Amino acid sequence: MFKTTGIAALVALSLSAGGALAAGGEGHIEDVAFSFEGPFGKFDQNQLQRGLKVYTQVCSACHGLQYVPLRTLADEGGPHLPDDQMRAYAQQFEVYDEEIDDYRAAKPVDHFPMSQLETAPDLSLMAKKRAGFHGPYGTGLSQLFNGMGGPEYIYSLMVGYEEPPECAPEDFEGSYNAAFTAGGYPDECKDEHGHPTVPGSWISMAQPLWGDDVEYDDGTEATMEQEAEDVAAFLMWTAEPKMMARKHAGLTGVIFLTVLSVLLYLTNKRIWAPIKGKKTS
Amino acid sequence: MSGIPHDHYEPKTGGEKWLHSRLPIVGLLYDTIMIPTPKNLNWMWIWGIVLTFCLVLQIVTGIILVMHYTPHVDLAFASVEHIMRNVNGGHFIRYLHMNGASLFFVAVYLHIFRGLYYGSYKAPREVTWIIGMLIYLMMMGTAFMGYVLPWGQMSFWGATVITGLFGAIPFIGEPIQTWLLGGPAVDNATLNRFFSLHYLLPFVIAALVALHIWAFHTTGNNNPTGVDVRRTSKAEAEKDTVSFWPYFVIKDLFALAVIMVVFFAIVGFMPNYLGHPDNYIEADALVTPAHIVPEWYFLPFYAILRAFTSDVWVVMFASWITGGIIDAKFFGVLAMFGAIAVMALAPWLDTSSVRSGRYRPMFKWWFALLCVDFIVLMWAGAMPAEPPYSSISLIGSAYWFAYFLVILPLLGVIEKPESQPATIEEDFDAHYGKAETPAE
Repeated sequence: MFKTTGIAALVALSLSAGGALAAGGEGHIEDVAFSFEGPFGKFDQNQLQRGLKVYTQVCSACHGLQYVPLRTLADEGGPHLPDDQMRAYAQQFEVYDEEIDDYRAAKPVDHFPMSQLETAPDLSLMAKKRAGFHGPYGTGLSQLFNGMGGPEYIYSLMVGYEEPPECAPEDFEGSYNAAFTAGGYPDECKDEHGHPTVPGSWISMAQPLWGDDVEYDDGTEATMEQEAEDVAAFLMWTAEPKMMARKHAGLTGVIFLTVLSVLLYLTNKRIWAPIKGKKTS
Repeated sequence: MSGIPHDHYEPKTGGEKWLHSRLPIVGLLYDTIMIPTPKNLNWMWIWGIVLTFCLVLQIVTGIILVMHYTPHVDLAFASVEHIMRNVNGGHFIRYLHMNGASLFFVAVYLHIFRGLYYGSYKAPREVTWIIGMLIYLMMMGTAFMGYVLPWGQMSFWGATVITGLFGAIPFIGEPIQTWLLGGPAVDNATLNRFFSLHYLLPFVIAALVALHIWAFHTTGNNNPTGVDVRRTSKAEAEKDTVSFWPYFVIKDLFALAVIMVVFFAIVGFMPNYLGHPDNYIEADALVTPAHIVPEWYFLPFYAILRAFTSDVWVVMFASWITGGIIDAKFFGVLAMFGAIAVMALAPWLDTSSVRSGRYRPMFKWWFALLCVDFIVLMWAGAMPAEPPYSSISLIGSAYWFAYFLVILPLLGVIEKPESQPATIEEDFDAHYGKAETPAE
C-alpha cells in the first residue's frame, strides 16, 4: 500500500505532467486498443504498411513528413518494406537537389517531402505533439493507464467529422469536428463568457477519409475506421520510429537491474548481519 | 578529514610511500570512502548517492548528445530529431537525459525534505546546507536552459516567460533582460548562450558537490536521531559508526538499483509522460501556446510566482509603500526567489535546540503540512491562473513563508521536545538489538 504522501505526489506529478486542461471545449477522444500500447506492445507491420498507403494516397496531397528519411521504411520495427519496394516507393517523390540545381527523383537517403500546402502542418511528429489532452480533468490518468495518446487523437479526428450542431449558421466556414478543439466557433455556439457550448470546433481541413479511399493489398476491408486506425498507427511510427528498440532496451534494463537489485539486497543483508544483532525484545 | 577519530591511510609499499610523500591522493580517497558514518542512517539517507549518480548520468549522456546537436534556431529542432532517428542509440540517450532531469529533481526534493525533517541544516552543518541550496539553484538554472535547447514551443515560450521575470525588476530590469537574451527577444543569441551555460553549469555543480561532501565530511553525517557521534576516543566512535565502505556503499547501491528499475521502466515505456507534448512542435514566435507550463519540478515555485496578483493586500501594500516601484509582477519574482531564500535561512530561523524532528511532537505536524503544501503548490502551478487555483496558490505560498518565518522560530520556544536517546548506539540497538560480537 502506498503512503498518502506517495499517492499525493503521484497525483501531483500526473496533474502537472501534461500541463493544463485543453483550451476551450473538451474534444471527444476515443480509446483505440493499438497493438503498440503497453511495455510489450509492438507495431503491427501490416498495419503500418496499410497506414503508409493511406498516407501516400490521401494525406500526402497536402501534408509532409519532413523529418522521416525514406530509407527507414525498410527498417525493422517499422513498416519493414523489402528493400526494392522501398527504393521504388522513394522514386515517386521529387526533391530539389542543390548540386544539380534541379529536381530529381528521391533516393532512399532523402526525406519525405515537406507539406505541399502552406496551412497543412507536417505530420512527422503529430502523434507526439497531440498527446496532451490529458483527461480526465487534466489528470493524464487515461494516458497513463489506457495508453491514450496522440494516435487516439488522430483516429478521433479522422472519424470525428459530424453534422454541425444546431447552433451554427449554415454558412460557417470549415467542417465541424467533434475531436478538434483548436479551431474556431461561430458566435452562436458560445455562452456569455465566450466559452464554446459544443464539444468540438470547426476545422479548415475537409473530411479526408470516407471509407474505400484506398485498396489494401492484404485484402483488409478499407472502412473509414480501419483507415483512420491504420494511418494513426503509421503516424505513431513516424513520430517514434525507434519505439520497439526503446521498449526492448527498457525491458532489458528493467530485468538486468532487478537481478542486480536482488544481488545487492542479499549482499547488503549479509554484510550488515554482524552489525545488527538479533532483536530480542 | 573527518573530526570523528578513525584509522587513517598508511602507505605500506615503497611505491605507495613514494606517491604519498608527493601527492597524498590515495590517502584522501581512503579517508573519504572510509569515513565513519552513523550506523543508524535510514533509507532517506540514500538520496545523496542517487544525486551523485544523476549528475554523472546527465554529464555523460549530455556530452554524447552535444556531439550531434546543433545550437541554431533553424537547425536545433531538426538536430534533435536527427538524434532521435538517425544516431545509433540516440533516442535512448536523449530519453535518459530528459528523464534523468526528472529523477535528479525527485531525488533533490527528497534530499532537501529529509534535511528539513531531521534538522540536517542545523549547527554545525549550516555551510553544507547553504552549499546544497546553491547546488539546487544551479540545478534549476541548468535544467531551465537545457529545456530551451530542443527549441520546441515550450522551450521558446518558457524562455520568454522566465527571462521576462528579470524584466520585472524596476529600472534596471529591461536592460538586464536584453543582456541575458543577447537581444530584444528570445532568438539565436539566446539559444547559443543557453547552450554554452548548460554545458558549463554542471561542472560548477560538480565542484559545489565536492565542497558539499567536504563540508559534511568535516562535521560528520547527521542521523535520524540528530544525536552527535561520540568522538572522545576511537573506541567510542566505533560504537556509533561503521565505515562508509562497504556498509553504506552497498546499501546505497542497492537503493540506487531499485530506483533504476523504475527509472528504466519510465524511460523505456513512457519517456514522454513527464514532458509537455507542445515541445514536439518547433518553436514559433508567432504562435503562443494556450498554456505555458514549466516542467513539473518548477511548478511549486511557479505557483508562488503567480500567486501574488495585484488584488492581494500584501501586494497592494508593497506597491503603496514603495510608490508603485514594486508591482504585482516584481512582487511575484521576489516571492519566488524569497521562497528559496527562506529555506536557505532555515539554520538561523529554527530556534529549537533539538535537531531531529523525530523528538519534536509539534514540529512533526507542521512539517507534514509543509510536505502537503509543496505538493498542492505543484498541482496549482500546473493549473490555469484563474479561480479557484489562484486562491489555492496564495494560501499555499502563505504557508510556505509562514513555516520558515513564523512557525520554525516559534516552535523552538513553545514546543516541549521528547527525550532523545543518549547515543546513536542506543538508538541502533533499540531497533536491531545488540550485536553478539562487536563489529570488526
